Amino acid sequence: MRLRSARSLVLTLIGAVALLIPALTQAAEPKILRFAFQGELKSVDPYQINESFSLSVNGAVYEGLVRRGPDMKLEPCLATSWEVLDPLHWRFHLRKGVKFHEGQDFTADDVVFSAQRVRGPGSDLKGRIPADAEIVKVDDHTVDFLLKRPDPFLINEWETWGIFSKSWAEAHGATEATAMNATTPPYAGLHANGTGPFILVSHEPGVKTVWKRNPNWWDKSKSNIDEVVFTPIPNAATRVAALLSGEVDWIDPVPLNDQARVNANPGTGVLAGPEVRTIFLGMDQSRDELGHSSVKGKNPFKDVRVRKAFYEAINEDAIAKKVMRGQATPSALMIAPSLFSLSKDFHRLPFDPASSKKLLAEAGYPDGFEVQMDCPNDRYVNDEQICQAVVGMLARVGVKIDLNAEPKSKFFAAISAAGGFDSSFYLLGWTPSTLESFNVFQYIMGCRDPKTNWGGNNVGDYCNPKVDALAREALQEPDEEKRDEIFAKAWKISLFDDVGYIPLHQQALAWGVSKHTHVIQRPDNYYIFAWVNKD
Amino acid sequence: MIAFILRRLVASVGVLIAVGLIAFVMFRYVGDPVNQMVGIETSAQERAELRHQLGLDQPVIVQAARFLLNAARFDFGVSYQFKQPVADLIGARMPATLELALVASILSLAAGVPMGVYAALRRDSALASLLQALSLIGISLPTFLIGILLIYLFAVVLRWLPSFGRGDVVRIGSWWTTGLLTVSGLKSLIMPSITLALFQMTLIMRLVRAEMLEVMRSDYIRFARARGLSERTVHFRHALKNTLVPVITVVGLQLGSIVAFSIITETVFAWPGMGQLFLQSIQNADIPIMAAYLLMIATLFVIINLVTDLIYVAVDPRLRVHINRA
Repeated sequence: MRLRSARSLVLTLIGAVALLIPALTQAAEPKILRFAFQGELKSVDPYQINESFSLSVNGAVYEGLVRRGPDMKLEPCLATSWEVLDPLHWRFHLRKGVKFHEGQDFTADDVVFSAQRVRGPGSDLKGRIPADAEIVKVDDHTVDFLLKRPDPFLINEWETWGIFSKSWAEAHGATEATAMNATTPPYAGLHANGTGPFILVSHEPGVKTVWKRNPNWWDKSKSNIDEVVFTPIPNAATRVAALLSGEVDWIDPVPLNDQARVNANPGTGVLAGPEVRTIFLGMDQSRDELGHSSVKGKNPFKDVRVRKAFYEAINEDAIAKKVMRGQATPSALMIAPSLFSLSKDFHRLPFDPASSKKLLAEAGYPDGFEVQMDCPNDRYVNDEQICQAVVGMLARVGVKIDLNAEPKSKFFAAISAAGGFDSSFYLLGWTPSTLESFNVFQYIMGCRDPKTNWGGNNVGDYCNPKVDALAREALQEPDEEKRDEIFAKAWKISLFDDVGYIPLHQQALAWGVSKHTHVIQRPDNYYIFAWVNKD
Repeated sequence: MIAFILRRLVASVGVLIAVGLIAFVMFRYVGDPVNQMVGIETSAQERAELRHQLGLDQPVIVQAARFLLNAARFDFGVSYQFKQPVADLIGARMPATLELALVASILSLAAGVPMGVYAALRRDSALASLLQALSLIGISLPTFLIGILLIYLFAVVLRWLPSFGRGDVVRIGSWWTTGLLTVSGLKSLIMPSITLALFQMTLIMRLVRAEMLEVMRSDYIRFARARGLSERTVHFRHALKNTLVPVITVVGLQLGSIVAFSIITETVFAWPGMGQLFLQSIQNADIPIMAAYLLMIATLFVIINLVTDLIYVAVDPRLRVHINRA
């Protein structure tokens, strides 16, 4: 009896200590956000690559003159206000009292310097500021941008034009982004010094990157995170397992197959939302003889009836429901509804195989024809499966598709300008980086002009000068409502009269998040640490 | 003897040059590296400039020659995707891979040999048949499946072990990092090393069993028994010792393939080693890293084979006579 009571006393003591330990440690425990993505962070120099993952993550360190809120609206950041004195003259008033992480004061000199750096050698963000624009320091906290051509979208991409400290960059020989043929390791590729809410602690390329909270940030922080640890986990099953087991708080993406499991798990959930990227099909309308095809001596895609027949043969609702498991929004336009105010006036051409067959017969292909379709298999959500579905649907109207699904490195090499736009029929996705229609008309819908990069990603070279003229007209229109009306005309001609492309859908974002982590998802799939809170 | 070594060395260099050339030709089919280096809006002109800077617009022969010359000086340049020197990147990842390979090798030996011995000596026992059956599974199940199954069981369901990464590491000297000195590092090592060791372990087990059965039938074992030696001495002093000679050879040769095979294991467990780096660089058409990695693995195999050849000569007098005569 005595023995038992002694034992129970010991057990009680152990129990008490066990209860105390977490209570004691919890008080001082820092809030660590552990984040895993399928790809790696290539560089902590934000000018190195124009890729949304790198831009958004480096945005925690480097801030721009403006930024975007959760609703994608532009708001002041390092500039407190700006005015357009005339269409060629923008004036920015800079925030006072802002310090870089290593203590330097933020002034107009840093803006002028960063404007040079971002357009300089090695930078992949040269398009952020027109090459011929002149940037003038008015005083320590005022900067003028003098343009040669009006550009109503000048600041649309400036959230990701992060401002460098001039003196820091000069002290470390980092005044230029790393050139491709550099022989010395770039300082700014492993170290960072911005004004943002998080300070870079360490960066092991492709392994792990750690940031800590910036206690001296100029803005009031909405986050309670003390430290962010990022790890790339390329294997989807492992990434999901890491979330389910609670080792990471936040993953992207969650594969469609695993979404039910992540939701069924009590501690985790999928945060889904429409993305701004549009997935579409393109057709070669430039060559006189269609390549990779059974048709000789002519190009069926030059005939609008054939393009329309392809469009009508595709049952996008079925693709969204079956292939994408509901995680896609069928799209009538080449731009997401959230980025264009008049989207609801447009509706997809109806799915109509009978009409499709008729159109093909009228165009002289009653028995269809054979053509190769190029498709990436590791770029977009279920990209190869979408293409397979398209192959099946076109087969029903007699068109025989030879599917060529390749990894993105090969796919983009073939369809790009460098590869000679070598594709007859392809699937591609596009996010307008300026988040408005003009970007799509410039890069995707515009007649190709290698000198100006106009139509630079228009693989099939759909070309209608009327559409180009409308897009250029819109650029001169300062009023947003009127501008969108011009764009509406251009969309009507290019997608409904000409059927220059076949828009499919906007895929859905799918983040996996633990129940104790509260994140805000923006439709451009940016990861903004400064909005994250943990219980 | 020296002539033999020299001949072998020349052959090795030939192998390396061949690997280098094959690797170089292969890279022409992985896609355009420039596309992976810039965003999609970058103009054709800028891309052409970049291609020129990288020397990708030169004739294939010139590129191949430059590649081989630089490789001979261990200069693999700067990674296209990370913009860091390839030597630094691979150097930083090497400890992770070597530690994993070492632990996996030890594990496969420590488990494989006793299992093989048991399966040979108690050939008809239930446990021996079970081991045989298990070894069949180990040899036929693909690595990534085993890895995912382990992760699901021990990380997701039981939550005993971490599902990815290397845990906390300790820096030793200027470039070596080890996970062997921290609790989280050791815990992280368990599943990847078992996954990587499983194939080797079953191989060793089957090899030991076969060799052991062979040896047990030989005359000297019968004579040892006739001398009245205990079963224990017969089995372990005489039989096992003679079994181990071929086993050690195979294990040595397999060390190279453990390092090479770790690509899959590393990817499944997001193990920050050279294999994962290699796979990332394939996806990004990062030629400098791929070239360096392939040549490094080729060098490893060449060295292992060379050493094995030399050891054979040292061990087996018959080979020596043959060489001297030739």
